[in-house]
Amino acid sequence: MAKARLVGDRTSTMMVQAMERRSTDVRGRVFQVSLFVTLLLSLFILGVLVVDVVMDGWGIITGRPGGFLSGTIRSRSIDPKLGVHQALVGTFWIAVFVAVLAFPIGIGAAVWLEEYAPKNRFARFVELNIRNLAGVPSIVYGLLGLFLFVERLEGITGGKSIASAGVTLAILVLPIVIITAQEAIRAVPQGLKEGAYGVGATKWDMIRSQVLPYAAPGILTGTLLSMSRGIGEAAPLLLVGAVSGRLGSDAGFFDFGAITEQGFMAMPIIIVEWVQESGRDPGFAEAAAAAIVVLLVFVILMNATAILLRNYFENKRG
Amino acid sequence: MAVSNARVDPSGGFTVESLRANPRQARKERLIRDSLGATALVSVIVSGLIIWSLFSEAYTFIVEVDWGTVWDIGWFPRRGIYDIKTLLIASFIVTGIAMVVAGPLGLGAAIYLSEYARPQIRKMLKPILEILAGIPSVVLGFFALQWIAPNLVKTLFSGPAAGSLLAAGIGVGVLVIPLVASISEDAMKAVPMSLREASSGLGARRVTTTIRVVLPAAVSGLMAAFIVAVSRALGETMVVVMAGGAAQTAVYTHSPLEGSLTITAGMTSLARGTDNVVGEGLTFQSLFFIGLVLFVLTFVLNLLSDRFVHKVREQY
Repeated sequence: MAKARLVGDRTSTMMVQAMERRSTDVRGRVFQVSLFVTLLLSLFILGVLVVDVVMDGWGIITGRPGGFLSGTIRSRSIDPKLGVHQALVGTFWIAVFVAVLAFPIGIGAAVWLEEYAPKNRFARFVELNIRNLAGVPSIVYGLLGLFLFVERLEGITGGKSIASAGVTLAILVLPIVIITAQEAIRAVPQGLKEGAYGVGATKWDMIRSQVLPYAAPGILTGTLLSMSRGIGEAAPLLLVGAVSGRLGSDAGFFDFGAITEQGFMAMPIIIVEWVQESGRDPGFAEAAAAAIVVLLVFVILMNATAILLRNYFENKRG
Repeated sequence: MAVSNARVDPSGGFTVESLRANPRQARKERLIRDSLGATALVSVIVSGLIIWSLFSEAYTFIVEVDWGTVWDIGWFPRRGIYDIKTLLIASFIVTGIAMVVAGPLGLGAAIYLSEYARPQIRKMLKPILEILAGIPSVVLGFFALQWIAPNLVKTLFSGPAAGSLLAAGIGVGVLVIPLVASISEDAMKAVPMSLREASSGLGARRVTTTIRVVLPAAVSGLMAAFIVAVSRALGETMVVVMAGGAAQTAVYTHSPLEGSLTITAGMTSLARGTDNVVGEGLTFQSLFFIGLVLFVLTFVLNLLSDRFVHKVREQY
């Protein structure tokens, strides 16, 4: 008895001491600070990256922004007509292909998977297949484009053309569109769907009037993210045959004939080209930096819009 | 709508017949269902096409190649030398360096965001990480060549100021930080609050709770994050093409301070010059062969990470 009380007393004294102790938890502090540092380091890298690129391209961005946007590929970096016009046209058409092919097919597939798909082996297979496609390296899509659109379907696509590139990139972003749209559709409250059925809606009526409007912001976020992924992607384009060197023509934005013409340019490719030429002619590094700034403006605008949109609706729907 | 079209029995009551949708509407519904099903089928067709294109060309390569040239001095596809170990070793070096960079940084950022950050701070910092995730890889390639190589590789490791596997590896690492961070954070967020509360209730400090309770409970998700990041790093192309220090051909090396080509960069080695994708004998097919190797590697990794993700879902 006496011993037990002794232990009890000691324990309670220790407890009181421990609670009254004001010493800081050094190990915990160090841990927290080092975690914060890792996060800051990631943000610091982003900052350095943006500052580095903008500084490198500053001369062109401030010196002749209009001329750079309307200029074309030149063999020397000091050429005042050097610019990204052909690349802008190419990237514009890639974006059109992505929007026209990947968005409707992707959203349609997401609606089927979430609302129509039977709970059977086939639907599970489709689902698994899409997740796997999302993990396939982008360069492999380039091989597909090279094999199918450039070699086998040359008659339709015109070979190494913007059409081949556009279809390849549309296929590349398709899984992202599907997965993000699925998430948005899954978040639609069951009550809304049942309400629609309750007033006599057919399945399609219900989807059109309840599911799609409610899921629209989420779907839009996904399409913006996949579009920015599509216009920034370079690896598949290298294989599908973005040409190095001079392009024969400088097509306008709405020159439809140029879609199936051999040879094209795109923003990410022109950056690679110029980085590689900077070994021969260091002035091209500056041009590459300026082209990156142009590309980043589009990509960051799209991403930021997508993130803000998502946060806005998350807060609103709480 | 169905009700407005339902036929009403002349005697005034509803019959089974009157509840049946009218045939035109039923046809329309079926048509919509089937066309949506067809769009879902597109993804399956795409997978089939990828496998077809990889296998048919790789098969030609495997059957016709002189295997002595697949284990040789380097990657010179235009001259008929297809040394695959050059590419594999370079890929593993770049991926290893990338994970040394992205593992701690991504995990640290995730632990901070999930366990320590106050909601307001989290709301500010998370979007910045997401922006970092959206930066195209050509931009990281430029950054790796122009900034990482001269400022980190040269000063810290006395390597070359131009491209090298180390510079490319660090660049790829920066690229996958957001990926590691976001999947790890999701995994830790999925750990039930009650575990943390129980740990605190026993008198554990926050650091102890995080290291002894949250991290072990989230370990499947963390594994998944790590595997996805490895798969992504293996498949990254542009950073290595731009900052890897080798153009189109590479001699075998296992030094991170030298330039070489990874599997992915090797695939672009024919894509430049006016005669792209034309060359000696099996040059064209060799691209599909190494493409198949890469596809199989990433496929296995992705399946593995899927397993781990499912494990998390089963637990909580």
